Amino acid sequence: MEFVGKILFMAVMAIFVQNFVLMRFLGLCPYIGVSKKLDSALGMGMAVIFVMTMASTFTWLIHTYLLVPLHLEFLQTIAFILTIASLVQLVEMIIQKTAPALYKSLGVFLPLITTNCAVLGVAILNIQSEYNFIFAILNGLFGGIGFTLVLILMAGIRERLERAELPISMKGMPISMIVAGSMALAFLGFSGLKF
Amino acid sequence: MSILLYSVLTLGTLGLIYGLGLAFASKKFHVEIDPKIENINEILPNANCGACGYPGCAAYAEAVVEKGAEINLCAPGGDDVIKQIAEIMGMEATTTDRKVAIIHCQSGGKDNTNFKYNYQGIETCKAAILISGGPNACNYGCVYQYDCVRACKFDAMHIDDNGMIIVDKEKCTGCGACAIACPRNIIEMVSIKKRVHVLCVSEDKGAISRKACGNNTACIACSLCVKACKFDAIHVIDNLAKIDYEKCINCGMCADVCPTSAIFDPLKEVRAQKKAAAKAKAEAMKKEITEQKAEVTKKEDQLL
Repeated sequence: MEFVGKILFMAVMAIFVQNFVLMRFLGLCPYIGVSKKLDSALGMGMAVIFVMTMASTFTWLIHTYLLVPLHLEFLQTIAFILTIASLVQLVEMIIQKTAPALYKSLGVFLPLITTNCAVLGVAILNIQSEYNFIFAILNGLFGGIGFTLVLILMAGIRERLERAELPISMKGMPISMIVAGSMALAFLGFSGLKF
Repeated sequence: MSILLYSVLTLGTLGLIYGLGLAFASKKFHVEIDPKIENINEILPNANCGACGYPGCAAYAEAVVEKGAEINLCAPGGDDVIKQIAEIMGMEATTTDRKVAIIHCQSGGKDNTNFKYNYQGIETCKAAILISGGPNACNYGCVYQYDCVRACKFDAMHIDDNGMIIVDKEKCTGCGACAIACPRNIIEMVSIKKRVHVLCVSEDKGAISRKACGNNTACIACSLCVKACKFDAIHVIDNLAKIDYEKCINCGMCADVCPTSAIFDPLKEVRAQKKAAAKAKAEAMKKEITEQKAEVTKKEDQLL
């Protein structure tokens, strides 16, 4: 029971309280870039969930069983980036094969997951917080879910904003920035959660 | 020293494993892309004008290869592109007439056009025509704010000293962007082989359009052209002569009889000169013959 409670606590922490986009400000590029359409936002979110979970798994393994025994912790960043880049490449190939439409709508943002700092962020945070293997994976998964949630919310709002009557100077990017800011403010409210 | 060695070895091994993994994956998840699509995409002008009805050149290339779209839809590319696509697809090239933009209003540019008022607003036709039917005296004509010139991606439309819009028929690809941009529907894409055009779009009654027009190119709906045409290719509809380009054979009879300059035929002058020359020649011959006849009668008189 304690274990389930811990997992739930972690989920709430990763999705709401320490949301990667709105609280840690990681992965802002796809947050603004791919949130124009609900479909592609959903696809991007799924890709990020997958990559973040996989990245957490592999980077944790590499760190614990390769870098620590060899006392090469200083190679953390470059080894993680290498791992993430390969993973993204793999995901790109799989998506291109299985879902060409999704591949097209994601466009340049799929390779950009490589440089999505949320992915590198989750890998490094796992190590810093000294999570064990299971929790590292779960942190990646929940972090990805939090990212997807915010991305989808943003896409929904922006799809409605397309039809809203706005002053010309506010149309498009400016109003999106304001929405992003208000969302971050709203998510700040979660930081008061206590268990 | 050992740390240096270990770090090099570790990263090297990691890189090697990932590389092999990716190489394997790229074989396994290889997606066949028809090389034809790429080839056709390279041939297309890449102006992404949308004249073919597809969102951009790449989409059209894909449609040609995969959905069997017509290969002659690329207007900017013209016959060359059609031929090359036909070669790639292994099909017969079906050439189309190259179309160019014809501006059906020549009211004389900013200087000659009669304006009701001096328009000083946003410099776009769409805004200009909103204020009491536009600044021109003619409610149908060009307002000379040049939306079409701005819409042209091929540098085929120019503004001359008089403010008139000149279409460069060499550069015009017939993509139709200007026709879409024109809020008064003055511009039409017509086959480059057609020479004779009606340069008026006014559906006002003859007297009104004649007064409003600054360049004497108003169609006054007199129907002389309809009578002159032997091919049933010109009709007056809503006080405006319209040429049926399907039937028109460029004979220019309508242009010859038009009392204003509404019907334009570049060969009208040439024909008029030829006619005059022929008339002069005939008269000269007639004169010669009468002179000869006179001489003959004179001689006959002398003999008798």
